Amino acid sequence: MSAGTALPHDAAALHVTGAAHYVDDIPVPDGTLSLAFGISSVAHGRITQLGLGDVRAAAGTVAVLTASDLPFANDASSSVHDEPLLAEGKVHYLGQPLFLVAAETHLAARKAARLGNVRYEELPAILSIDDALAANSRFEEGPRVYLKGDVDAALAAAKHVVEGSVEMGGQEHFYLEGHAALALPQDSGDMIVHCSSQHPSEIQHKVADALGVPMHAVQVVVRRMGGGFGGKESQANAVAIACAVAARATGRPCKMRYDRDDDIMITGKRHDFRIDYRAGFDGAGRLAGVDFIQFCRCGWAQDLSLPVADRAMLHADNAYLLPTARITSHRLRTNTQSATAFRGFGGPQGIVGIERVMDHVAHKLGIDPLDVRLINFYSAAGQVSAGSTPSAPDPAGKALQTTPYHMPVEDFVLHEMVDELEETSVYRARRAAIAEWNSSSPVLKKGIALTPVKFGISFTLTHLNQAGALVHVYHDGSIHMNHGGTEMGQGLFQKVAQVAASSFSVPPASVKVTATDTAKVPNTSATAASSGSDINGMAVKSACDQIRERMAAHLAETRQIKPQNVQFRAGQVQAGADEMSFAEAARECYEGRVSMSATGFYRTPRIQWDRIKGRGRPFYYFAYGAAVSEVVLDTLTGENRILRTDILHDAGASLNPAIDIGQIEGGYVQGAGWLTMEELVWDQKGRLLTHAPSTYKIPACSDRPDIFKVSLWSKGRNAEETIHRSKAVGEPPLMLGISAFLALSDAVAACGAPYPALDAPATPERLLNAMNRIRTP
Amino acid sequence: MREIVFLLNGERVELNGVPATRTLLDWLREDRGLTGTKEGCNEGDCGACTVMVSDGNGTRTLNSCILFLPQLHGKAVRTVEGVSGPDGSLHPVQKAMIRHHGSQCGFCTPGFVVSMACAHKNGKRDFDVQLAGNLCRCTGYAPIVRAAEDAASEPVPNWITEDCALPVAVTRSANGAASGLAPESADELAALYASHPDAVLVAGATDVGLTVTKALKEPERFLFLGGIQDLKAIDAGPKTVRIGAMATFSEVGDMIGDMHPDLGELIRRFGSVQVRNAATIGGNIANGSPVGDSPPALIALGTTLHLRRGNDRRDLPLEDFFLDYGVQDRAPGEFVEAVSFPRQADRLKCYKLSKRFDQDISAVCGCFNIRVQGGTVEEARIAFGGMAGIPKRARHVEDALSGKEWSEATIRAARDAWEKDFTPLTDLRASAAYRLEAARNLLTRAFLEDQGTETNVLEAAP
Repeated sequence: MSAGTALPHDAAALHVTGAAHYVDDIPVPDGTLSLAFGISSVAHGRITQLGLGDVRAAAGTVAVLTASDLPFANDASSSVHDEPLLAEGKVHYLGQPLFLVAAETHLAARKAARLGNVRYEELPAILSIDDALAANSRFEEGPRVYLKGDVDAALAAAKHVVEGSVEMGGQEHFYLEGHAALALPQDSGDMIVHCSSQHPSEIQHKVADALGVPMHAVQVVVRRMGGGFGGKESQANAVAIACAVAARATGRPCKMRYDRDDDIMITGKRHDFRIDYRAGFDGAGRLAGVDFIQFCRCGWAQDLSLPVADRAMLHADNAYLLPTARITSHRLRTNTQSATAFRGFGGPQGIVGIERVMDHVAHKLGIDPLDVRLINFYSAAGQVSAGSTPSAPDPAGKALQTTPYHMPVEDFVLHEMVDELEETSVYRARRAAIAEWNSSSPVLKKGIALTPVKFGISFTLTHLNQAGALVHVYHDGSIHMNHGGTEMGQGLFQKVAQVAASSFSVPPASVKVTATDTAKVPNTSATAASSGSDINGMAVKSACDQIRERMAAHLAETRQIKPQNVQFRAGQVQAGADEMSFAEAARECYEGRVSMSATGFYRTPRIQWDRIKGRGRPFYYFAYGAAVSEVVLDTLTGENRILRTDILHDAGASLNPAIDIGQIEGGYVQGAGWLTMEELVWDQKGRLLTHAPSTYKIPACSDRPDIFKVSLWSKGRNAEETIHRSKAVGEPPLMLGISAFLALSDAVAACGAPYPALDAPATPERLLNAMNRIRTP
Repeated sequence: MREIVFLLNGERVELNGVPATRTLLDWLREDRGLTGTKEGCNEGDCGACTVMVSDGNGTRTLNSCILFLPQLHGKAVRTVEGVSGPDGSLHPVQKAMIRHHGSQCGFCTPGFVVSMACAHKNGKRDFDVQLAGNLCRCTGYAPIVRAAEDAASEPVPNWITEDCALPVAVTRSANGAASGLAPESADELAALYASHPDAVLVAGATDVGLTVTKALKEPERFLFLGGIQDLKAIDAGPKTVRIGAMATFSEVGDMIGDMHPDLGELIRRFGSVQVRNAATIGGNIANGSPVGDSPPALIALGTTLHLRRGNDRRDLPLEDFFLDYGVQDRAPGEFVEAVSFPRQADRLKCYKLSKRFDQDISAVCGCFNIRVQGGTVEEARIAFGGMAGIPKRARHVEDALSGKEWSEATIRAARDAWEKDFTPLTDLRASAAYRLEAARNLLTRAFLEDQGTETNVLEAAP
């Protein structure tokens, strides 16, 4: 069976030869125009003059559009229509698109876009979390609060209390392929859009609104993206809409790709957070309660900030049973880029909060942070009893361990996984060896940390948990497979092709992977929330199973045998005494007038969620993993490096172990980058200063750990009935990078007695400042 | 514009009338339909546009996004499409990348494949260095390095070796010296530049390239210096080391590593392979950046700068060249001909602080050349980048050390001298306070290193 096999990515041979086409590589018709946005140079203000004479007069300019030139919806928002494609009177961040240039070449468009003569009446800009709190500038009427038990009483009664605060910066996606789209006008006013988007159905919807046509008049095609990471979930809207409206206005095909600096200046990033905490615990480090206040900087428009902030709250427990908890979340509106989805979607920020608490508690008690983590773990699956939650109120009267949002945790496997990782990584002995090494190393200090991840799988907006597929079997036995998921490098197409091949027991090469296309599968959800293979794999399997059953029924009927006596095995079909190739079977079914095309559909079971009350079961299941990182730190400058990382991750019964290992390795490095070297810096006027790879540093080749051991958990098997019992693997490994951050904190702690209270990203400067705070003068 | 002749994936290309600022990347993608080479950043920092370029001096990688077509005259270019054989057979590194799952989204992959094929041809196996100029956001690099290691022992395919063997027939007139844009000797440059002092000199284009691709400027006149062989000479004599302005950082790094290992290491961290293959020492000095990494080291070595205008030559201590932020002691039409510094026992310590080790711009670059005799500092030459509007000597600190015992007490006593030398700025790379403190601490590092204390995180083992 091909499902479960470590096959290469479906496009690997195209990637390595340069033959894989991305949007900007598609040959375009003669006369295709290139587009660029003119963008605002202030963070907040009223436009008093929008002088476009020089833009229109520039060499190569064909058309210049402003908000008033858009006859229908001027909106790129994924949520509440608060994000005009082109500014209307006011600007809300530095980098906001004001006007759209269509020109004969990409370079001509870029040049013309800089010639706007724009004047503003500047308004006070709200830039920071503190600015926003002072101005009560926020989304929703006030903070959201999840409550479990009486946290105030628990803290008052606790033997020990720690409190503190941790800041963590945002993160630029830095997909290697910037945003791009191509709109091709068709007859009857229809539009075909090729774009680099994780959410073709939303592009279709937004383009239709912008053109004033029904969705059926717009077809969106996405073959592949050069990376997404959440940055192409909602942020691809503007580019695609711009192409469509310009194509409508000029009657010519229009193509747009952001130059890298524009991409970073215009589009949203990971939300930066500050999390304040108070935690009460006993002498062993067992938590009695935690009070978290999460401050989330959302930028100027709502975009996906509410579900991002929700997911941060939903991961405030990570792997730990909090007997009582209060989680308060402030969603703050600022005059900066609209923060958006990024791998983990708020989960990483929530988890940093509780992992900081674990670390702080251990420091206060002078014990190994791993012991604090272990003692606070949820109980293992099958071992849940009232005794495991001694102080937890249990309003339903059932002996359940529940999260702060009252969801039972039934599939907890981290005890076993962490035991295994502790042993294979030689964690305890290395921690002792590091302490020894540090005592004789005056300048360099090492640190080590083991952190777990428990990540909830499902869209928290429950209706998004659906997927569709379209499968054809041709009469030569080849199979055309299509589904609503998009390929951004994560190997989704390959994994789902293996599912399809397994359904018919044919080689994966028999299955043609095809571009995501809104004309084939409608009303799809974004490829996001790690859901891609879970939901699209099930939809494809459903379609394949239908066709296979029809084929079996026909082959059985013609032979007067029972359908269950028709077997699909190793590329062959056995029907009673007859054995034939799959192609021969397909031919026979075609001639027997059997429909060999089917749609498949899937909706995730068991989930229901009230996000306002903070109650329910938002997640179908949890994915788990754990990592040990060892770092070295220079106490004179803050320079640092990851020396070794050991990871054990639960991908369930993996659909493709090679692809899953790739997600884990890449996710770890990306997560470690977020918390160490990747720093977004805005100036006092709200101008983002780090808008290119020269100034914003993602990890390079030598930044991966010297020793990097990544394993899938051999006992992994999803307790829920997911596709071949696999588990989602896109986002969870990112949070394994938290171990690098806390290992750095551990190294800092070797410099003095007080708790380091390190903030992220832990640049050399932040590390040196943290060391200075705790050094004995 | 003059005629440009080069080989593209083994086939001769002759171009006439292309604008001087047309980049190879745009030409490949827009004019030739060779879309395997990708634009990731358009500033030479991501490597998605990497190509191989060969000539009589060998084969090297370059970033095609900041490589102007005239720079290719007489060379052989190979893109990812040409890394596979003419019959479509895959290069060993391509096979290994598939085998080791080295691509995910695939957008950076062509650039990696070209860098890997070039390293493979040149027999380089220090892959963290060879691939430092190629960013990948998906894989975490591990499978890519596994692929590179796996392919390393495979033979180099003949279609890769032939680039260096195939002569690109280029005549003197075709090279366009008559049109006044591509001098082939220092004398020609001197004459041309003196008569056209408004021209922009293009050495490796790693800096000038950005004025075109990012600032969107199109200077009226360029002088392409790539063909000037007599400015490339590196002469390590018994008394003096003289480096021609057009020597690339790759060439300087190869030469200097044995002489001054810390400078060799600093150069290893200068840009990336692709950048060092293009960037020249003359360009790094002449553009006057306060964070260029070669000036602090060269100043610490006591370097003399050799300037020329027409037939007039003058020498000055390198530190005196940098007058103020963006202002250098260079007259119109005057250019850097070479730098030279005295042969000396190696005492040079170079420390570069940045957010990322490879291919980052220094927040602080400190270089120390401290001669200690019998426990006493006899001479100290200390220079920093990132601490002022120019690369600058720490003269007060030098004075505070000279003649004193080489000890922590002396370093402590020199504490106040730093603020007399430097008033650094806060910017996106670091705060003023960090810069000052780190600079002070680097002197401590230099001292402790002398005492045998382990101070380098890059040398620490798990």
